[in-house]
Amino acid sequence: MTAATEMPATPGRPRVGLFVTCLADIYRPNVGLAAVALLEQADCSVEVPQAQTCCGQPSYNNGDLAGAAKTARHTIEAFEEFDYVVVPSGSCAGMLRDYPRLFASESGWRQRAEAMAGKTHELISFLTDVRGMAAVQASFGRVVTYHDSCHGLRALRIKEQPRRLLASVDGLELREMGDSEVCCGFGGTFCVKYPEISGRMVADKAAAITATGADVVLGGDLGCLLNIAGRLGREGGGVHVYHVAEVLAGIADVPGLGDPPGSGGEPR
Amino acid sequence: MQPLSHAFKERSVQALQDETLQVALNRAKDGFAVKRARAVDGLPEFDALRDRAVAIRNHTLEHLDHYLERYADAVERSGGRVHWASSAEDARRIVVDICRAAGARMITKGKSMVGEEVGVNDALEEAGFEVVETDLGEYIIQLAHEPPSHIIVPAVHKTRGQIADLFHENHQKYGLHRKLSEVPEMVNEARQVLRAKYLAADVGITGANFLIAETGTNVIVTNEGNGDLTCSLPRVHIVTAGIEKVVPTAEDATTLLRLLARSATGQDLTTYTTFSTGPKRSGDTDGPDEYHVVLVDSGRSSMLADDFREMLRCIRCGACMNHCPVYGAIGGHAYGWVYPGPMGSVLTPLSVGLKEAGNLPNACTLNGHCAEVCPVRIPLPDLLRTLRHREYQLRLGLKPLRWGLAAWVWFTSHPRIYRLGTRVQARMLALLAGRKGRFTRMPLAGSWFKGGRDLPAPQGETFMAVWKRRQRERKQ
Ligand code: SF4
Repeated sequence: MTAATEMPATPGRPRVGLFVTCLADIYRPNVGLAAVALLEQADCSVEVPQAQTCCGQPSYNNGDLAGAAKTARHTIEAFEEFDYVVVPSGSCAGMLRDYPRLFASESGWRQRAEAMAGKTHELISFLTDVRGMAAVQASFGRVVTYHDSCHGLRALRIKEQPRRLLASVDGLELREMGDSEVCCGFGGTFCVKYPEISGRMVADKAAAITATGADVVLGGDLGCLLNIAGRLGREGGGVHVYHVAEVLAGIADVPGLGDPPGSGGEPR
Repeated sequence: MQPLSHAFKERSVQALQDETLQVALNRAKDGFAVKRARAVDGLPEFDALRDRAVAIRNHTLEHLDHYLERYADAVERSGGRVHWASSAEDARRIVVDICRAAGARMITKGKSMVGEEVGVNDALEEAGFEVVETDLGEYIIQLAHEPPSHIIVPAVHKTRGQIADLFHENHQKYGLHRKLSEVPEMVNEARQVLRAKYLAADVGITGANFLIAETGTNVIVTNEGNGDLTCSLPRVHIVTAGIEKVVPTAEDATTLLRLLARSATGQDLTTYTTFSTGPKRSGDTDGPDEYHVVLVDSGRSSMLADDFREMLRCIRCGACMNHCPVYGAIGGHAYGWVYPGPMGSVLTPLSVGLKEAGNLPNACTLNGHCAEVCPVRIPLPDLLRTLRHREYQLRLGLKPLRWGLAAWVWFTSHPRIYRLGTRVQARMLALLAGRKGRFTRMPLAGSWFKGGRDLPAPQGETFMAVWKRRQRERKQ
């Protein structure tokens, strides 16, 4: 039960399988829609395999490598047929790229995992680095700041790509925060295993965000964004949280993460 | 030192609540990172140097037995003696025996992490010797009866006020009766007292930053010059060093030195770099009569043989902890053993066992900042993950987490059930959150909220459901 409910691919357009990630699927479908819209703007034919679930990070990062391998096999089977696999998360894209490590002793699966890793990309870097996108058609008349999520930044070298695209958004002003490269304290299960340490880290992050005076904070990873939105919400401050793709696709007109439904994402 | 790593959770929470500690940590916070960045920017070949350093370390580890033999031969040729300590206990005994044989009373010490690791000070004091640390930071924590909280800046957790109090309490016997307030005054006060100790010392113990195999030379770096005085004034010099400290040539040592200072303190080179080879030769104006090297294994050779070999490349620069947000939040003592931060979270479980130190590899977001700055490119997050794997295999982790993971894996490989489950979850959570759009608490998810944060609610529909509907609409 893979793909196949989508439109037929046009010759010459790459077939992209969108791995939406479990967090975007459950928490923020708007991120998935934004990814589809941006990929279509970049002249890709987008498909969403119905068999996809989670990338396997919870198992991988908690030492259950056999469990991670099981999830990985499932994901590989669901996405093998595409030219590219695109993920709106640096963290999950990084996980897919790590799949070969899970099959050190199974050469058949390792080859399949390597093929998968080779064609997997995080969304924003795919748009810019692979598809050569230099600008988007969107407007967002607000002051934003940008949090560099660790896995995207360090494993995938994503730093200036989202900024380049944001610079083309009509009316948007980017104000950099201090320590934008410092971890927000999410860290998957870390945030519930060591909540006090995680809480301190996200409080520091929230302070850096608030200090910019920006009205919106953007990032490329929903895990971090949920954490940050949770803290900003607790502080009751007026900073709204969106995934960068929502702004680039021009569909950040819904409430931000953790904002009251129906609030339209306007300043609080 | 008795490990306290099992109590990491409690100790980290205490550290977060310790206001004085937080003042000290905040003051130290960006200093090292900023200085390192400046030093690295000023050296265009920094990355090439790192590659060379990795090659040097890998090559040496590959042929460690050979280079250790060469080193030991060279030491003996220069008139020194080499002692092999396979365990911490051996190392303590050897050091005590040398001091006894030398008829020593007073011992000065330069900063040595391996000394902390094997517990040299306690052993010597128990045997009746007076031991004085000569590195200012080490001296301060010796006065406070505390272990170091950082491998380069052992007293980084102390505020200026606390240090002034320590001098006030402990230096009355040296005639200090007023409270000092300025840093230079305190440095001067320590210098005065230490000067007399240097002169009275019978034995000087130092660590080693590198051991040069071709010449049998020990290299130490300091910023206070205390290392020089510790190795050259007393009658006996003892070097304590891990077996991984050996490098083939002086040139290799220089390559590593260039990285070490920049990574540690952002200096191009430390103020003092001291090379010592063997005892005083006839005609030398100074130097010890006896020169001993205690080479400590204590688990290192078994690291060499398994998945953690890369950890032995470590040159103890401290950059990983200077860039670690967890270390920055809780400081070094919470880790509960000699080595804190990312490198400590790898080393401690390997030394004291995962049962004792299982929290350490888990207390990390895997953000990768440490590996990015490590001068010898140790993949610290990968090693931490490998330790988690080992913990999982040994069934040492939390049981509910294990069950949760097993359930999740099952769920992720049954997409129909997964689709249904996530749809229900997204809908329920959105409904429960109601008009607020987020939760301020939730049964069974208390840990999330313990972090002082709300939980945003889902939008209500899963993406997969939205997408399916759209596809249907597109077709019509
Ligand atoms: S692990 Fe790397 S960064 Fe950390 S102390 Fe060792 S050499 Fe320095």
